[in-house]
Amino acid sequence: MTGTYLGMPSFPRAAEASTRDHRLRANLRRATHTIRAKRDRAVAELDDWAQLRAAGAAVKDRTLRHLDHYLLQLEESVTRAGGTVHWAADAAEANRIVTGLVLATGEREVVKVKSMATQEIGLNGALAAAGIRAYETDLAELIVQLDDDLPSHILVPAIHRNRAEIRDIFLRRMADWGLSAPEGLTDRPADLAEAARLHLREKFLRAKVAVSGANFAVAETGTLVVVESEGNGRMCLTLPETLISVVGIEKVVPTWRDLEIFLQLLPRSSTAERMNPYTSMWTGITDGDGPRAFHLVLLDNGRTDTLADGTGRQALRCIRCSACLNVCPVYERAGGHAYGSPYPGPIGAVLTPQLRGLASPLEESLPYASSLCGACFEACPVAIDIPEVLVHLRERVVEGGAVTVRGTRTVIKPAKRHATERAVMRAAGWAFDHPRVLRSGQRLLARTRGLHPRRLPGPGRAWSDTRDLPEVPPESFRDWWARTRGGPGRGGEPS
Amino acid sequence: MNGGTSRERILGRVRRALADVPPSEHPGDHPVARDYAVQHGERTHSATVGLLAENLEDYRARVHRTDAPGLPALLARLLGERGARRVVVPAGLPGGWLAGAPAELVLDSPVLTDHELDSVDSVVTGCALAIAETGTVVLDAGPDQGSRRITLIPDHHLCVVRTDDQVVGSVPQAIRRLTPARPLTWISGPSATSDIELERVEGVHGPRTLEVILVAGDPREL
Ligand code: SF4
Repeated sequence: MTGTYLGMPSFPRAAEASTRDHRLRANLRRATHTIRAKRDRAVAELDDWAQLRAAGAAVKDRTLRHLDHYLLQLEESVTRAGGTVHWAADAAEANRIVTGLVLATGEREVVKVKSMATQEIGLNGALAAAGIRAYETDLAELIVQLDDDLPSHILVPAIHRNRAEIRDIFLRRMADWGLSAPEGLTDRPADLAEAARLHLREKFLRAKVAVSGANFAVAETGTLVVVESEGNGRMCLTLPETLISVVGIEKVVPTWRDLEIFLQLLPRSSTAERMNPYTSMWTGITDGDGPRAFHLVLLDNGRTDTLADGTGRQALRCIRCSACLNVCPVYERAGGHAYGSPYPGPIGAVLTPQLRGLASPLEESLPYASSLCGACFEACPVAIDIPEVLVHLRERVVEGGAVTVRGTRTVIKPAKRHATERAVMRAAGWAFDHPRVLRSGQRLLARTRGLHPRRLPGPGRAWSDTRDLPEVPPESFRDWWARTRGGPGRGGEPS
Repeated sequence: MNGGTSRERILGRVRRALADVPPSEHPGDHPVARDYAVQHGERTHSATVGLLAENLEDYRARVHRTDAPGLPALLARLLGERGARRVVVPAGLPGGWLAGAPAELVLDSPVLTDHELDSVDSVVTGCALAIAETGTVVLDAGPDQGSRRITLIPDHHLCVVRTDDQVVGSVPQAIRRLTPARPLTWISGPSATSDIELERVEGVHGPRTLEVILVAGDPREL
């Protein structure tokens, strides 16, 4: 079945392995640079991007500061529209609820549309243990699932596989899961997509139960929103009789009108499109159109612990666009798997240690998986100051302190791994290849935060004590990036 | 369903986590500045329609223009060129639109199975509105659009947009006109994937060919 994140090695060890994998690095580099250049163009089309970004951040902050209010409003709206709302405090409870709902329909198969929340809780494994087969229906998720693999990028989860490998996976494994791959399948992307279309169509037409996530849930109206490209989402949301959506409690937005902000920020930031091919919005159930039963499972699983941290809370604004991955020099080298969770890259480095707590060497090492260059903050459409949160979490690792774990305030002891940061950077081959860039990047931390310290104040102190922060350079991040990393083949063209 | 205990536990955790928020602060108090643009740039209505056509084509939809009296002939021609033998139509599609079409019409209805729909060649619908800046048509399951699945399972979708009153400039203008209680489908070009080495492939699921017909005048009386 699907791979698991359990027992993943800490970031340095995992990153070391992937950094040695030259093809993975080349694929990632091409992917991130291509998407990044396209994204810059899509964003530049809107001259009010800064205002949209500020409004997006403010709406999310308003929601988070009154989350109890908006969750209750959402529950009422969804119920009024004919849906049923369930609350899951942790992964085990969410899996129990979904498994129970599927079993109650008498079905033993479900179709799934890509959902990070269900990856986070390991739903496919829980369903399998109950004798239920879950079919992933996004092309990339299908590739990953057929190969017993793990996703490596939020937006393009199979980016670590090339076309020849995908063809082999289809030929080898499709028959075990349903309709086999056509004979003589070539490795042309169009032919591979056609093979996936045929393989999955049979499943869509047969499926009685679907499981999805959601990008947004509107408290005021009870409307759920799924943003996608391939149409498998529409299939899952429309054809089955029962729809179960597992949605993190931070996905709620207050009003219908708020969608006008996020439907501009998300597609341009994510796939670098003016609008993604398909967006579905549904409010409860509709007579004669779509599922007859709709269940919304609201998932906590560490989100309230994250909410309890005044600095770390902003990570819950995330709309999972993946822009921060594509600008991150550490992600580009380390690859998605090294982050040990469905959330790779800068957002994973701040979200995973908060959702799970600093529970193991993996979570303790993640806040160090960054050069603090600040590119993620500049790219983020909801202005999450990822470097600020990283530094805050580093202090937590080094000094210990008060945290909330599963709703309970506790004090954790300092970790014994102060050398983690150096280990991370060495593993990523970063400090060795680019000592100058690393240093310049740290300057930018000071700049993005509007500070000019020799030592970072407060939270950053423990970390910056071993550092000498140089003067802030008089140039913008973009200029600096272009100058230090620029070269032939860049500047708008995929390299 | 699950006894309410987890509900209370989660709400309790949320409230404890928000101890730093002053009790006097109401949800609406936290400021949200909506100083972003309602629409990007000034345009005449015909320029807005032109932008819609341009952006639809940019995402590989095929765009055609006609006036209301010309619509039936255009639809008949496009279905003929496609070789469509069976065409599914929503119950409220004006009867005259497909009067001249050389195809068997299948009416959208709950008794139609998904497998039957899978053997249909094309679907013809109206829309709720279209958005110029993003090249999007929005369906709201109105009488001339039918249930969501009829625009999903067939491989060819012909979507008619009235340029006089159905084209808006921007996403904010669209949101203000749409009714969230209806099931909504926003369509911006045919489905696509870039999952294989980032090479764009059109048409994974859903109609692989999307044709949008921009109609001047009012074709509802046809
Ligand atoms: S942190 Fe920001 S940039 Fe990164 S995925 Fe989330 S919203 Fe996108």
